[in-house]
Amino acid sequence: MAELSNQLMAAAVLAYLAAMVCYAGEYAFGKRSRIGRAAVRPAKQLVGAGAPVSDDVVPDDAPVVEEPVRRDRGELVGRIAVGVNLLALLLHLGGLVTRGVAADRMPWGNMYEYILATTFIASAVWAGVVLARPAVRHLGLFATLALVVMLGAASMIAYTPVGPLVPALHSYWFIIHVSTIIIGSGIFLIGAVPAAMFLIRNGYDEGKRRFPYTLGKHVPEAIALERLTFRLHAFAFPLFTFGALIAGPIWAEASWGRYWGWDPKEVWAFISWIVYAGYLHARATPSVKRTVATWIALLGFVTMLMNLFGVNLFFEGLHSYANAG
Amino acid sequence: MTVVEERPAPSSAPPPRRVNRLWALLRNSWRQLTSMRTALVLLFLLAVAAIPGSVFPQRGVNAERVTRYYQAHPQLAPWLERLGGFEVYSSAWFASIYLLLFTSLIGCVVPRLLDHVRALRQAPPDAPKRLNRLPQHAEPWSQPGVPAEVAKSVAAGLRRRRFRTRLREREDGSWTVSAEKGYLKETGNLLFHAALLAVLIGVGFGHWYGWHANRILIGGNELGFCNTLTQYDDSTLGPRVEPADLPNFCLRLTDFEATFQSTGQPRTFSATVGVSEDNGPYETRKFTVNDPLRLDGANVYLLGHGYAPILKYTDRYGVSQTKVVPFLPMDAMQTSEGVAQFPDVNIDPKSDKRDSTLQMGFEGLYLPTSPTDGSATSAFPAENNPMLYLSAYRGDLGLDVGTPGSVYSLDQGQIAGGDLKKVSGDRPHALKLGDTWTLDDGTKLEFVGTRPFATLSIRHDPTQVLALVGAVVGLLGLMLSLGGHRRRVWFHVQPDADLAGSPGESGGTLLTAGGLPRTDYPGFEDEFKALVKAAEEGTP
Ligand code: HEM
Repeated sequence: MAELSNQLMAAAVLAYLAAMVCYAGEYAFGKRSRIGRAAVRPAKQLVGAGAPVSDDVVPDDAPVVEEPVRRDRGELVGRIAVGVNLLALLLHLGGLVTRGVAADRMPWGNMYEYILATTFIASAVWAGVVLARPAVRHLGLFATLALVVMLGAASMIAYTPVGPLVPALHSYWFIIHVSTIIIGSGIFLIGAVPAAMFLIRNGYDEGKRRFPYTLGKHVPEAIALERLTFRLHAFAFPLFTFGALIAGPIWAEASWGRYWGWDPKEVWAFISWIVYAGYLHARATPSVKRTVATWIALLGFVTMLMNLFGVNLFFEGLHSYANAG
Repeated sequence: MTVVEERPAPSSAPPPRRVNRLWALLRNSWRQLTSMRTALVLLFLLAVAAIPGSVFPQRGVNAERVTRYYQAHPQLAPWLERLGGFEVYSSAWFASIYLLLFTSLIGCVVPRLLDHVRALRQAPPDAPKRLNRLPQHAEPWSQPGVPAEVAKSVAAGLRRRRFRTRLREREDGSWTVSAEKGYLKETGNLLFHAALLAVLIGVGFGHWYGWHANRILIGGNELGFCNTLTQYDDSTLGPRVEPADLPNFCLRLTDFEATFQSTGQPRTFSATVGVSEDNGPYETRKFTVNDPLRLDGANVYLLGHGYAPILKYTDRYGVSQTKVVPFLPMDAMQTSEGVAQFPDVNIDPKSDKRDSTLQMGFEGLYLPTSPTDGSATSAFPAENNPMLYLSAYRGDLGLDVGTPGSVYSLDQGQIAGGDLKKVSGDRPHALKLGDTWTLDDGTKLEFVGTRPFATLSIRHDPTQVLALVGAVVGLLGLMLSLGGHRRRVWFHVQPDADLAGSPGESGGTLLTAGGLPRTDYPGFEDEFKALVKAAEEGTP
């Protein structure tokens, strides 16, 4: 079973790669067609003063896929990309489930499994977004790239053979604490994709034509990206708060005798939390530019990566599952 | 704030303007401090300030690693010490950041709270003059009915949708309906920030009024202990706790069970203890990792376990002494190290004088499962093939000098000074369970057996419940705050001049409507359309 899990994960990474290639193909072929434009829940909903209104916005109820138009090559490749992406998601799920079966427990007992689970959530959220709004498909290239990189890193530096749990992990808090953190982190991680693309698109709109900004040509409207970024982060934040700052301490109290002890993992969860709180503040403050706020969200992403990889590799702590294989 | 202190003392006759300026400065500093920008900067400072605590070892987390850091970086360590690098989270600079942040928070939240209370008690404001200027607005439409009646039914419909609604009649005979919804968002936001304060207070008081201690508890009724400071290996009392405040209880370990996976990974631990609270009779209780023993005024946590070999030493006068000494585990397979010291042996019964050159010490390893290849690391954490590897020392153990040494190793100074000499061979002597080792002077050491021991942490934190309640309330507030949307809608209902001959005569009404979301709310357009549609159909 463990062997099967490894094979499924390898297949999942390959499928994500294939999806990435397809997304890239659409990216290259696709004109700045309907997709690019219809990507938006349009600006006219953005109320209040100073909402930028761009003129190539179409009404939000514009049918995006059903529209009877000539199907260009990009469109076709894009649909294939989504299909392959979904296949990869299924393989990913299979890898996770077989891992859990092999270990006879929830598949998040060590760093490798934790990353598999977190990236699975990230991927599932991404799939949900792309199915609900086919228009954001142009982000697929970046979403799958992020997934491939993280999964690759996980299997190279964190691979751990299937093993049982140490007694400290025998607790229902294990499931509550870790699952909420995994879901929260997964959403935060995938939230960084629209965040980065918003900054790129925004730069492109401002006339920047240097390298990363040239990518902005095909991605959805800046406003839509920014709003998607906020929605994902605002959804993930309470989950992460619950997992890291309530369930975690409750468990730590029962297990280690203190609810908060500045273990490196706790420190970095605290840092991530503070940074994301900073993002929400910045976004709620009219005098802070949306680009600045979004940079803060990306900073949060960096702290999440530090939490996923860095803390496990660099520091010694109580989180026993944190030991890399 | 600090700027104020640095100002030169006012001269003998301070001009009144100066006071004003001082006041203005104070007020401006306060405004600056309570601005959102400052809050953002302070949040970041707090995040950055937390980083060193994960990079450098922290005394509160693991004091031993601080010691090791001192050995590895003798130059750097004292400097770090001075900067609070080993106690980041109780350092003055870390505290000053979060205290400033919380001052800012109070300064920010209190005025908003007052505003909010005012807003909650006020009716929604009257409609602006031109509703078609609002972000959402509907084209004017007419429908039958008298304005007053139509307005009332619109208002009723809004109320049913849990809008706070107010009807106003204007001098020209028209009516306005003002409605607002989403007050919970601000309520949630205030609740969240207030809850943060509660958490801070909970954490702070816990530090002042809490205490904790560690103890190794060896199995056996005679080896129990009662809750006094002298019984602990180490302890920390909060600044407001006196030793006499500790609750009265006694503990003894009656059984310890550990099960392991075939790989040696532990599967379960469970400790059975006898507990006596307030001098009552001993009751049997069981606890495990993740499920502490909750007593009145203290919790007992099971952190680890190990083995304590029972060693019987028979001296040259035939007198024997038995000691049970915990050996500390060094790896996952419970290879453990420890020491047995016998200071009161080889006492000549005639003179009854202790000979400090004849004290005995044994130092070495205990392997619960000695591997077949004879190497000196345990192969499994359970006791499948117990083996002791000991070296014997004779001489002055150095226990009388009064400097408390480690109870887990011999005094290296005594060995180096030649007062304590190794009297066994170069290689440690191996003892199986039940073996007796006869030393060079004819004295004997017998490996009688082992007892389990549990590593316990005993703690009391009086305000951890407050911190928990604060955190949960904060989360609820946060969800309200992030999920809510504050928005206003207005309807203007006036007599329709086209339908009715003269105003007031029953004929028809002309309606206009406008909506204003007060926060970024993409769904507002749909909601507004639905409200207008309901009003048009007259069955809101
Ligand atoms: C311990 C530090 C703090 C944390 C963790 C924190 C966290 C948060 C979070 C997560 C939100 C998001 C809620 C939303 O977007 O509606 C928020 C909103 C807010 N915070 Fe804080 N906060 C802190 C300190 C402060 C301080 C010092 C101030 C005052 C200067 C402040 C003022 C506000 C305000 C006014 C909002 C509402 C923004 C809006 O209008 O929606 N917070 N805070």
